[in-house]
Amino acid sequence: MDLKLVPLNDLHTKLGAKMVPFAGYNMPVRYSSDIEEHMTVRKGVGVFDVSHMGEFLVQGPQALDLIQRVTSNDASKLIDGQAQYSCLPNETGGIVDDLIVYKVKDNDYMLVVNASNIEKDWNWITKFNTKGATMKNISDDICLFAVQGPKAAATLQKLTKIDLNTIKYYHFSKGEFAGVQDVIISNTGYTGAGGFEIYIDKKHAEKTWNAIFEAGKEFDIKPIGLGARDTLRLEMGFCLYGNDIDDTTSPLEGGLGWITKFSKQFTNSDALKKQKETGVKRKLVGFKMIDKGIPRHDYIIKTADGSSIGKVTSGTMSPVLGVGVGLGYVTTEHANPDHEIFIDVRGRLLKASIHKLPFI
Amino acid sequence: MNIPDSLQYTKDHEWIKINGSTALIGITDFAQSELGDIVYLDINTVGEEVKEHAVFGTVEAVKTVSDLFMPITGKVLEVNPLLESNPEKVNSDPYGDGWMIKAEIKGTGSGLLSAKEYKELIGK
Repeated sequence: MDLKLVPLNDLHTKLGAKMVPFAGYNMPVRYSSDIEEHMTVRKGVGVFDVSHMGEFLVQGPQALDLIQRVTSNDASKLIDGQAQYSCLPNETGGIVDDLIVYKVKDNDYMLVVNASNIEKDWNWITKFNTKGATMKNISDDICLFAVQGPKAAATLQKLTKIDLNTIKYYHFSKGEFAGVQDVIISNTGYTGAGGFEIYIDKKHAEKTWNAIFEAGKEFDIKPIGLGARDTLRLEMGFCLYGNDIDDTTSPLEGGLGWITKFSKQFTNSDALKKQKETGVKRKLVGFKMIDKGIPRHDYIIKTADGSSIGKVTSGTMSPVLGVGVGLGYVTTEHANPDHEIFIDVRGRLLKASIHKLPFI
Repeated sequence: MNIPDSLQYTKDHEWIKINGSTALIGITDFAQSELGDIVYLDINTVGEEVKEHAVFGTVEAVKTVSDLFMPITGKVLEVNPLLESNPEKVNSDPYGDGWMIKAEIKGTGSGLLSAKEYKELIGK
């Protein structure tokens, strides 16, 4: 299959990015160094081009009803200009995708989904759209820049009259930004470093990108690749669909009970409610290496005597902590904080301990 | 891309510098740039004879892990002690301070490449 290109593909190549296939797109994995880019976001400001992400508009009088049927969180609680992390449960106990639901106003919502799942999610949601909500896939028209880090607000404030201090976490505003109308400025991100995500029509993407870099010059703003995006989200313990949650993991096992609201009916809600009552057999946990070593996806988690109790779903060296950290599923009796576990790293059992999230 | 003429190379992106009966072995500039930031070297073969093409250790980058293959048959004499505390030397100076092991040569490599052949292999 041919790789899809984000609108600013050539710009990333010119900036010296190493481009790799990711979720069907040719994406910048790093521009300089993973650790340097990671620390830029933790201490200053960096920009991710995550235009591969998918955006669906769901509109009309039946919009909320459809969103309530397919998502696990309670979208009826949203006020205008508020966003909500949620997931699409499947009918067999797993998760179709995780997503963010944006409420622009009544009867006007936007869903932001993972790039690898755009088609799958579209087909899934369409299947439940029996009452005629208006759906539109605008993924190919929208660019998404995540401007993240403690200097993000000061950078972006130069480009808009909207007072960014008034946009609370998981809220957004739609207005003029860098001379472009109808830009969504959202106080969200995937780094835990603070900052905003900018949704903009691809026609204005290059101009906007350049304006952001001009505004951030005094803070030494840098482009950031998917490599650092992964280490940043892992330090926060944020799930990555396809690694930590998937078609076979339940939201309750994946630590997403807080976005699974039984105040309403949704796909598979009866079974999930029952699972909540009886308790899950395995749980997604964070763990930190005690012995020197780095956990990787699919490494086996064991007890001291070598019996298998689970599997690593994500792992890296934490640039901030300087030690290996990971996420993985373990049987519930091994899931308590500070519980000692062992990671099978190429045949050697390396000691680790369960750690409450986030890691930093 | 720095590929010194004075060294020999493997298809697996190691380099070897032969000096009499011993050799220094590391990974190429191309290899380090593909792996990204090197954070840890895991080599437990000191004192062992490792056959040509066999694994003598692994190198851990932030994002990935890769096996290290022996360019020749040899006995691993030592691991570069500098890399214990400064693994990033593999990135900044792959052919100098970033050398990985010193080995006593027990057999000549059959598949070693010249700098020119290695350049062709990686398309540079």
